[in-house]
Amino acid sequence: MIELKNVSKSFGDKQVLNGIDATFEKGKTNLIIGASGSGKSVLLKNIVGLFKPDEGEILYDNRNLVTADRDLKTDIRREIGMLFQGGALFDSMNVEQNVKFPLDVLTKMPEDEKLDRVNEVLARVKLENTNTKMPSEISGGMQKRVGIARAIVNNSKYLFCDEPNSGLDPRTSIKIDQLLAEITEEYQITTVIVTHDMNSVMEIGEYIIFICNTRKLWEGNNEGIAHSGIEELDDFVFANKMMRKFRGMV
Amino acid sequence: MSKIGQYILFLGALFKNPESFRTYFRLTVDECVYIGLNSITIVAIVSVFMGAVSTVQTAYNLISPLIPDSVIGLVVRDLTILELAPTITAIVFAGKVGSSIAGNLGTMRITEQIDALEVMGINSASYLVLPKVIATIFMYPFLVILAGVLAIGGGYLAAEFAGALAPADYLSGLQSSFNEFGVFFALIKSVVFGFLISSISAYMGYYTKGGALEVGQSSTKAVTVSCIAILLSDFILAQLMLGS
Repeated sequence: MIELKNVSKSFGDKQVLNGIDATFEKGKTNLIIGASGSGKSVLLKNIVGLFKPDEGEILYDNRNLVTADRDLKTDIRREIGMLFQGGALFDSMNVEQNVKFPLDVLTKMPEDEKLDRVNEVLARVKLENTNTKMPSEISGGMQKRVGIARAIVNNSKYLFCDEPNSGLDPRTSIKIDQLLAEITEEYQITTVIVTHDMNSVMEIGEYIIFICNTRKLWEGNNEGIAHSGIEELDDFVFANKMMRKFRGMV
Repeated sequence: MSKIGQYILFLGALFKNPESFRTYFRLTVDECVYIGLNSITIVAIVSVFMGAVSTVQTAYNLISPLIPDSVIGLVVRDLTILELAPTITAIVFAGKVGSSIAGNLGTMRITEQIDALEVMGINSASYLVLPKVIATIFMYPFLVILAGVLAIGGGYLAAEFAGALAPADYLSGLQSSFNEFGVFFALIKSVVFGFLISSISAYMGYYTKGGALEVGQSSTKAVTVSCIAILLSDFILAQLMLGS
């Protein structure tokens, strides 16, 4: 479980996050949603420790990342897997080397066990027989799946995804969403996904927080999001014609 | 000044929270191949021509009947050992390896590959940069030795085939009044230049912000700043080690 308590962050005079509270539970797909520029990616970078919040606490199973010393911070980070917006696969390595990388650097596992584990997670994300391909030789959707495999290969307890559907067609996006939801439940991971894709919200949003103008304006799940009664959230949810039509039907 | 401070902090970060020795050893060997062996061709071409041109131009300037031709060999030798091999090769090396290091790290930064390492709990500066710095410090002196030998060889070719002077005079000049300290000085310079090129280029690339345009700018800055640092440190070292 990850708890955020009163997390605030500013860059110079510009306040980006203001007193964010949230609880992301284990085995659930937790979503952070908001319009572009609302601060959701900054919030994610605070949670994983790439930025340090000005105020507040970020608790990983009661271990505060903000005040942690270097060793504890390293321990926590080594339990984290992250899928980046562009995949962030290492260009100079093939698929197998990319997925094996966390095992090479963070563990002392024998080489054959590492390869077994790599093949196991590649099979889990349905990417068998792609071991020798370079990132530039595979599609965007496959790159995202390699990114997921790399994020979970070290039995991560926490999985973070920054815009996992960006640049993907709707069908591939849904497959990625479903894969993330399945993995979250299967491995009992605490998954946090930053997105502005309403398809993802409706498909896998078990716990959702909505960030607007530096603050958390709403929290709930995908069943309650259409009935929040909050104008800013309604503007976000019903931004396209199809969703407005859906709203009329409801 | 803030950039210099950030550069010093960056150098300090290379030694924090390191990975295992085995990891660094493997990465350093890879970098030695990439940085050192892949630079041999360009260093060889530049050095041979540098030596040949130095010989022809020195012969052109020393036309007094009071100065024996063998002095040309002596001048080319000392010029090569003291300046051409370590410094001119460093400028070429900064253009080839420095821009490559900055471009590589800059691309990793903008495509979030460096963030990916940080999220895994790996000190990205140490993991990515330290092997490059060690490999450069280790390999660059060998390149300087190679450059020196080939430049002197290039001078001989100019004597033999361009008729700048008699080859026997050139060889005689090479062997006269040799001071071993010059070689030691060149190697000291090569270690300093290797460190400056790799660390400055890595710093420029590591802190790239933006997109493809900024990666290109980082590479250009890496070469420019490295060249200035090479020339400045060249003067400081000459003053410290050869000055009165």
